[in-house]
Amino acid sequence: MRHLMSPLDFSVEELERLFDLAGDIEAHRGKYAHACAGKKLATCFYEPSTRTRLSFEAAMLNLGGSVIGFSDAASSSASKGESVSDTIRVISCFADICAMRHPKEGAPKVAAERSSIPVINAGDGGHQHPTQTLTDLLTIRSLKGRLDHFTIGLCGDLKFGRTVHSLINALSRYEGIRFIFISPRELMVPDYVTEMLNEKNIPYEEVIRLESIMHRLDMLYMTRVQKERFFNEEDYVRLKDFYILDRAKMELAGPDMLVLHPLPRVNEIAVEVDEDPRAAYFRQVQYGVYVRMALILTLLDIHVH
Amino acid sequence: MLNVGKIEEGFVLDHIRAGKSLSIYHHLQLDKLDCTVAIIKNARSNKMGKKDILKVECDVDMMNLDVLAFIDHNITVNVIRDGEIVSKKELMLPKELKNIIRCKNPRCITSIEQGLPHIFVLADEKKEIYRCKYCEEKCTDSLQEQSPLL
Repeated sequence: MRHLMSPLDFSVEELERLFDLAGDIEAHRGKYAHACAGKKLATCFYEPSTRTRLSFEAAMLNLGGSVIGFSDAASSSASKGESVSDTIRVISCFADICAMRHPKEGAPKVAAERSSIPVINAGDGGHQHPTQTLTDLLTIRSLKGRLDHFTIGLCGDLKFGRTVHSLINALSRYEGIRFIFISPRELMVPDYVTEMLNEKNIPYEEVIRLESIMHRLDMLYMTRVQKERFFNEEDYVRLKDFYILDRAKMELAGPDMLVLHPLPRVNEIAVEVDEDPRAAYFRQVQYGVYVRMALILTLLDIHVH
Repeated sequence: MLNVGKIEEGFVLDHIRAGKSLSIYHHLQLDKLDCTVAIIKNARSNKMGKKDILKVECDVDMMNLDVLAFIDHNITVNVIRDGEIVSKKELMLPKELKNIIRCKNPRCITSIEQGLPHIFVLADEKKEIYRCKYCEEKCTDSLQEQSPLL
């Protein structure tokens, strides 16, 4: 029995199979409509996350399965003091697979150790959010046709953004990737990330202004720069517009460049960019459902012919 | 000066930092053995000024002493046969430390989950980096500074 705790739990070859399956699901949705008939997904969300939970639930419903669960700790036995270990043992009796989000880092791992059903980490604090990374990878692979040999810019809060760290780790396993990190000095990628890239001889650059490198990018991964991350108001006011993607900045980019964003977007991408065919962030959400469908089938070891 | 006699068979842990012998006694669970154990505190040492020594009269192969490599590199393990030192045992950093150190990350599940052991995994042998099995937070204290907390 397998679980998914980190995006690196799957080898590159296993990811290829997962993405092939997701591609087949996208092309032949009807074929998979009853693949999980009689199976139940438990969504155990100890903190609210509407988007991720609904994506998992939509995935299971698309596969003909059903869904049970809770959407915040207050409505679960955690509010009575039940441990994660006990909860998962109970859930194992009700469901066939579990997606767990928890504010404490490592909670899904504890669940996986005690569980008799596959557990998917649906986000554990600031630690891991593997299905977001799988979503990002599938989006890139589907829209670019490959996961190697491109230049990707990552923009915004690169210091605290777990989706960014996971994506860098995941992409560092593919050949010919060049990273350009665009952030204010206060929010640069942590040392351990650049140390890992140095060790693997993966090229990267760190720049402050987005405009200066737009023309070189095959892909731009946007994240939000939060005001509270800055040390002072003055810096925030001076820098905030550097990290807002608008039509003017898009004009500097190539015709095939893709814009990704883990969402929710606040104001870092101007609404006017949504109409641009290079804006891929809403398609990214759809790929999130496909990859979760493929993941559920894979972990339940269900094969559709 | 107090003299503690030689042991005939067993092992001697020498060059223990003064005052640390009792915690090592507990980590190695020597209290569970029924053989003779001598705990010598604050012995005079040319190299260290003061040091602790543990003498244990049991077969060294019965014990897993690798945790000592984590607690203090400088400890030497002398294997004794017929009252003489016959070899020095080399210590390897253990792949896993269970309930030796506590995860200090307040966001880690170990901070709230009842009965969950604190497990650290050797993530980088060369750099001697251990990470919490659950949250992957690095154990930041130097090995010398680690004190047994559990």
